[in-house]
Amino acid sequence: MPEALILSDLHVYHGEICAVRGLDITCAEGAVTALLGRNGAGKSTTLSAIAGLLEPRQGHIRLFGTALEGRKPESICKLGIGLVPQGRRIFPSLTVEEHLAIAYRPPRHAAERVFDIASVETLFPRLKERRRQLAGSMSGGEQQMLAIARALVTNPRVLLLDEPAEGLAPQIVAEVAQAIAALKADGLSILLVEHNLPLALRLADTCVVLSSGEVAWRGAPNILADDPALMAQHLGVH
Amino acid sequence: MAFWISQSLNALALGGLLFMLASGFSLIFGLMRVANLAHGALFMLGAYLGLAVVKAGFGFWVAAASAAVAVGLFGGVLERTLLRRLAGRTLPQVLLTLGLAFIIADACLMLWGGDPMRLPPPPELSGAVRIGDAVFPRYRLFVIGASAAVALGLWLLVERTRAGAMIRAAVDDVGMARAIGVSASTLFTAVFCLGTALAGLGGVIGGPILSVYPTLDQDMLPLALLVVILGGAGSLIGAFVGAYAIGFIYTFGQVLVPDLAYVILFLPMIAVLSVAPQGLFGRRLG
Ligand SMILES: Nc1ncnc2c1ncn2[C@@H]1O[C@H](COP(=O)(O)OP(=O)(O)O)[C@@H](O)[C@H]1O
Ligand SMILES: [Mg+2]
Repeated sequence: MPEALILSDLHVYHGEICAVRGLDITCAEGAVTALLGRNGAGKSTTLSAIAGLLEPRQGHIRLFGTALEGRKPESICKLGIGLVPQGRRIFPSLTVEEHLAIAYRPPRHAAERVFDIASVETLFPRLKERRRQLAGSMSGGEQQMLAIARALVTNPRVLLLDEPAEGLAPQIVAEVAQAIAALKADGLSILLVEHNLPLALRLADTCVVLSSGEVAWRGAPNILADDPALMAQHLGVH
Repeated sequence: MAFWISQSLNALALGGLLFMLASGFSLIFGLMRVANLAHGALFMLGAYLGLAVVKAGFGFWVAAASAAVAVGLFGGVLERTLLRRLAGRTLPQVLLTLGLAFIIADACLMLWGGDPMRLPPPPELSGAVRIGDAVFPRYRLFVIGASAAVALGLWLLVERTRAGAMIRAAVDDVGMARAIGVSASTLFTAVFCLGTALAGLGGVIGGPILSVYPTLDQDMLPLALLVVILGGAGSLIGAFVGAYAIGFIYTFGQVLVPDLAYVILFLPMIAVLSVAPQGLFGRRLG
């Protein structure tokens, strides 16, 4: 499989704090790459840097061969990165419809699947019911669905998902997981950060575990799932 | 009765002018977190430019349109060349816009002199109309209507168009807006042009009522700041409610208790801020 996204020797700082130190990660096209690790390991920092919200101090980010580092977030979005950030960050004063209208951009590359407002409403029927509602007044689950839909209608080539199941009721988690599985089945390349391990391991094709901003382990999800000692060591779970 | 009607109409006219000034200030602040202290000076610059155009024989309407466009373009140039370099640095921005306010005010003084000048209203709006037993200048009624029309237009733009939704999204969370492809650079310049053009337009529309004089900016800017503090920064509804509230408080304060006019202006402010530190319609800005 060709590489969709390559991070090489990536260093990212928050002021003087070095949160990501020398990451090398490759996301294969059409695959789900799970980025795991304890709180504070540097997962969100990595995604923010890819999306251009933080500027890397060193290293490279390449999307299908195009360098992303140092570009503005809006340019990176146009080149094909879709971000679903931690905490959802929906716009409270916009309706569902307005979120999708300002984010929508037809694809500029030969895409297997084109996302428009109708197709994300098919993926998340609740959003259709809430079209005219202000996003700030919706439930957490609905906001999460909107955050995913908002990223999808930019027609990204790689989707970055930062803890999409965080703080959601089990039934909503199942709905969101089903949607992510559907996106994967459609061939979308996904970089997934998720603390819900069963969910992450079920969706992932490959796993990368971060610890203190460095890669601590990488491999297939079933190896991690079958090795409780390994999980305990890197993720603090049993 | 005639007194109350005519003072209420005066208050509505002043409120309308304050809205034209404060709505742009508030939009700019909400979007870019820049307190543009040159906003009052741009209002005054609009008034002087309008006066110059009228004196050149072009008539009031041409003056209003050209002053709005000229001040808006000037604002856009200021944003692109100066303010942009100071993005995210509050103190340098405040000093820059304050310095610009002094420079603009001094330039006006140099070009147009220190004497107050009257900007004549257009002939078709001169004279007065009877409302009940009150007699009221026709031009002030026009100001009330025109500022209400500007408010409606601005509301439609911000609340009902795609560009307006982009502005609101960026006010809510500029980083996230950029991450879904909204160009912050274009948006900032456009909103700065729009906000300063409204200030320039307000200067011309207000000219026949307030007259045009060197410290007009210093009289208007504090009122605009009060409007934004009262209504909440970044909120159009807040600017609207705040502008008319200040219009009424200031107008009636001046005529009823002239000695305490400023006390009356600031007391409600303290009351509002002690219960709602974000202003009446403000959101917590990150
Ligand atoms: N805005 C910030 N300012 C300063 N330090 C931060 C900021 N955000 C994150 N950090 C630090 O960077 C490190 C990585 O954080 P983060 O990327 O959010 O971790 P994760 O997403 O894996 O939980 C942590 O040590 C955290 O304290
Ligand atoms: Mg995180």
